[in-house]
Amino acid sequence: MRTRPDYLAHAVLLLGVVLFALPVWLVFAGSTQESGAIMRGELSLLPDLRNLGVYARVLTEGSMGTQPVWHMLMISLGMALGVALGKIIISVLSAYAVVFFRFPLRRTAFWLIFITLMLPVEVRIIPTYSVMADFHLINTFTGLWVPLIASATATLLFRQVFTAIPDELVEAARMDGAGPLRFLRDIVLPVSAANIAALFVILFVLGWNQYLWPLLVATNPNLDTIVIGIVKMIGVETNTDWAAVMATTVLALLPPVVVVLLMQRWFVAGLTEGEK
Amino acid sequence: MFDRRTVFSGRLLPVLLLLPQLLLTLLFFYWPAAEAVKDSLYAQDAFGQGSVFVGFDNFADLFADPLYLQSAIRTVIFCLAVSVIAMSIALLLAVFADRAIRGRLVYRTLLIWPYAVAPAMSAVLFLFVLNPRVGLFGRWLNRHGVDWDYTLNGVQAMGMVIAASAWKQVSYNFIFFLAGLQSIPRAVIEAARMDGARGWRRFRTITFPLLAPTTFFLLVVNVVYAAFDTFGLIYALTHGGPGKDTETLVIKVYRDGVINQDIGSSSAQSVVLMLGVIVITALQFRFIGKRTAA
Repeated sequence: MRTRPDYLAHAVLLLGVVLFALPVWLVFAGSTQESGAIMRGELSLLPDLRNLGVYARVLTEGSMGTQPVWHMLMISLGMALGVALGKIIISVLSAYAVVFFRFPLRRTAFWLIFITLMLPVEVRIIPTYSVMADFHLINTFTGLWVPLIASATATLLFRQVFTAIPDELVEAARMDGAGPLRFLRDIVLPVSAANIAALFVILFVLGWNQYLWPLLVATNPNLDTIVIGIVKMIGVETNTDWAAVMATTVLALLPPVVVVLLMQRWFVAGLTEGEK
Repeated sequence: MFDRRTVFSGRLLPVLLLLPQLLLTLLFFYWPAAEAVKDSLYAQDAFGQGSVFVGFDNFADLFADPLYLQSAIRTVIFCLAVSVIAMSIALLLAVFADRAIRGRLVYRTLLIWPYAVAPAMSAVLFLFVLNPRVGLFGRWLNRHGVDWDYTLNGVQAMGMVIAASAWKQVSYNFIFFLAGLQSIPRAVIEAARMDGARGWRRFRTITFPLLAPTTFFLLVVNVVYAAFDTFGLIYALTHGGPGKDTETLVIKVYRDGVINQDIGSSSAQSVVLMLGVIVITALQFRFIGKRTAA
C-alpha cells in the first residue's frame, strides 16, 4: 500500500481550487476597501473587516442609481423559484399523463414537448418578444418566469423515472381503490423525491442565472434581477463605486452557490444519472 | 420504448394534466419559431410601413455578407476553444480527484461550486481580475510592460471571453468526468495494472477510451453552452467588441434584431441557428441516445 501522500494530486487539485476561489476572494477583499484605493490599484488581498458596512449600504440603497440590492435579490429569488417550481410541477404532470395513461395522440403530445429541446430562447429572440407583447407580458413579473417553464428536459427526466416504477405498485394501488391522483401524491411523488431535489437545484441555478431573457422582456428597473443590475453597474463609465459593485457581486453569487452546496449530494447524483 | 403494462383508465384527466405544458410550449416555442420562419421570408420596406414577401432573399443576403460569415467562423473558433480548454482542465482535475487521497471530498466540493455562477457573473469576476484599469492582475500586467487592454485589442478580448466562458464551465465537466471515472470497473484498472500499464500509458490506452461516451456528450453540451449560453458573459465583458471582434452569432442576432430592428435579417439568422441546434441535437441522439437536464 501507498504510505507517502500523493503530492502531485494535492498540488493539481489545490491549484484548481485556487483558480476558482481566487477571483471571488479578490472581489470580497475589494468590497471592504475604499473605491479610490481600488482605482489606484492599491487593492489589498486582505479584507478590511471594519468596512463590512458596505453590504448593509448596497442592500438598502443600491449603488449608482440601481434599485436597492435586496429588491433585485428578491426579483431574482422569485424568478428562480418560479422557474424551478413551475418547471417541476408542469413536467411532473405531463410526464405522469404520458406514462400512466393511454389516450389518442399521446405520442404526438410527447414529441411536441420533446422537440422544444431544439428551440432555446437564444434562437427565437425577436418573435418571442412580439408574442410577449401580444399578451401584454412585457415588463411584468409574470413575463419574467412563466414563458420559461415549459421544459422538455424535465419532462424527459420524469418520464424516465416514472417508467421505472414497478407495475406491482400500480396494481396494488388500484386494488386498494386509489385513483390516479392519489397514486401520484402518495406513491409517485415520494419515490421521485431525490430526482425532484436534484432537478430543483439545476433549475434554481438556471432561473437565477438568466440574463438574455430579463434583458429582453423587462426594461423597467423595478424588475431588474441582480445579474442584470450588476452588469448595469459595471457598465457605468465614470465614478464607479467599485466597493459597492464588488459587494453586490458577492451578494449575487451567494444564493445559488449556497443552494448547490447544501444540496450537493442529490444534485451531483441527479445531474449525472442519465449518463450512467 | 415508453410503454408500461399497467396504466390508469380515463381520457379527460391525462389531457388536463398535459394541458399546461402543451399550452406554454405552443405559445412560447412553436408560435415564435413559426413567426421567425415567416419573418425570415419577408423584408420590411424602407419606411417600416409594411413588409413584402421576398422568398429566400434574406438568407441569400446573409450568406453573401462577409460580416455574417466572419461571425460564424468566429463562433466556431470560440466554441471549440472554450470546449477544449474547459474539458481538458476538468479532465485533469477529475483524474486526480478520483485518486484515493486525503480530503478528496473537500476538494470535490471546492471544485463543484462554480456550477452555480452565472455566465454574466463570470464576466464580472474576470473584469475585477483582468481589467486594465480596475483589475489587480490587469494593472500588474501593464506595470510590467505588457500592453494589456482587452477593451481595445481584439485578440486579447477574444482570449478574455474564451477564458471567462471556460472558467465557468469547468465544474460542470468536472462533475461528469468524475462520475465517468468512478463508473469504470475497478477490475479493468486492476487488470491494466497487472499488465504493467502505469500512469500516462494507462490513462491513454485504458481510461480515456472508456471515457469516450462522457467526452462526446460533454463536447456537445460545451459547444451548445459556448454558442448560446455565453450571451450574457460576452455582452457584459465586451459587448461583442472591440469593433466586432467578439461578436458571436447570438450577439449578432441580438444586435441586428433588438438594437438595429432589422427583423427580416435577424429572423433569417434565428432560423439558421435553429437548424444548427437541430443538427447538433440529432447528432447527439444518434450517438448517445439520451440527454440529461441542463
